[in-house]
Amino acid sequence: MNWQSPGEFFAMGGYALYVWGSVLACVVCVVGEVVLVRMRRRAILGQLRRQRLADRLELEEHAA
Amino acid sequence: MTTRLINWFKYSSPPSFYPLAGKLIPFFAVLAALLCIAGMWIGLFVAPTDAQQGEGYRIIFLHVPASWMSMFIYIVMAFWSAMALVFNTRLSSMMATALAPTGAMFAALSLITGSLWGKPMWGTWWVWDARLTSELILFFLYVGYLALNAAIDDPRRADKACAVLALVGVVNVPIIYFSVQWWNTLHQGASISMTRAPSMARTMLLGMLLMALTAWMYSIAVALYRVRAIMLERERHADWVGELAEVKA
Repeated sequence: MNWQSPGEFFAMGGYALYVWGSVLACVVCVVGEVVLVRMRRRAILGQLRRQRLADRLELEEHAA
Repeated sequence: MTTRLINWFKYSSPPSFYPLAGKLIPFFAVLAALLCIAGMWIGLFVAPTDAQQGEGYRIIFLHVPASWMSMFIYIVMAFWSAMALVFNTRLSSMMATALAPTGAMFAALSLITGSLWGKPMWGTWWVWDARLTSELILFFLYVGYLALNAAIDDPRRADKACAVLALVGVVNVPIIYFSVQWWNTLHQGASISMTRAPSMARTMLLGMLLMALTAWMYSIAVALYRVRAIMLERERHADWVGELAEVKA
């Protein structure tokens, strides 16, 4: 173990801005990508479900 | 005597690859999370302080894996593009397209973390050095690929144009990798060499390799997730899409 106290850990030997900045950048990018890709899937699934519903209503209309 | 033949083309069709990818995603995602915890634990708590760079060197555990991944994803993207041009398989183009955003993200991270490392060590956020400039070009290649893909409405034509761009751009990858040998650069040499014994502490190397594996597992998981969305988008009129439980729900 390198650190004597939590304060020392967060200070990163004076490089806190750079080390934690890098960690933050990675977290933001990864979380952002995951959120975006999930939104993409949700959007296309929503479209497909609406299309399916519309098709079914049209069929029922024809049958009536 | 029976010869066992594996039909590799079986999974190259979207209807059979879609459920397979769905089953693989949780496996890769969990592996990525576990490797990340182990890698960051070693990187932040176990690996010793660097003699020259103090604690500032710990950026290496994020910067090097992100840079490797940005180059490797491009090679894989070029491979799928070549496959798409040669065999004209639907899935190959979709795989190439699904990888591009993740590659762009890793290239961006490589530049951001590199800049955050450069400031305290070199005294500057940016320098027009061979390594940095070629990595910036890689980022632009990814962005160009995505822009080109978005600009052409017909997916088949977009695939062809993007495949050519990906293949032409792949020449940049060895330029990035060897830039530190070919030119005098401010950037330090390769962290790991195939020919020399590793010069860094064992735990540093281990942390870096664990984080590199994390990047791999994450990329596979997120690319499979994206390729599934792309399959649905492109094959929305196909029967197999209408039969999916998530569409019927």
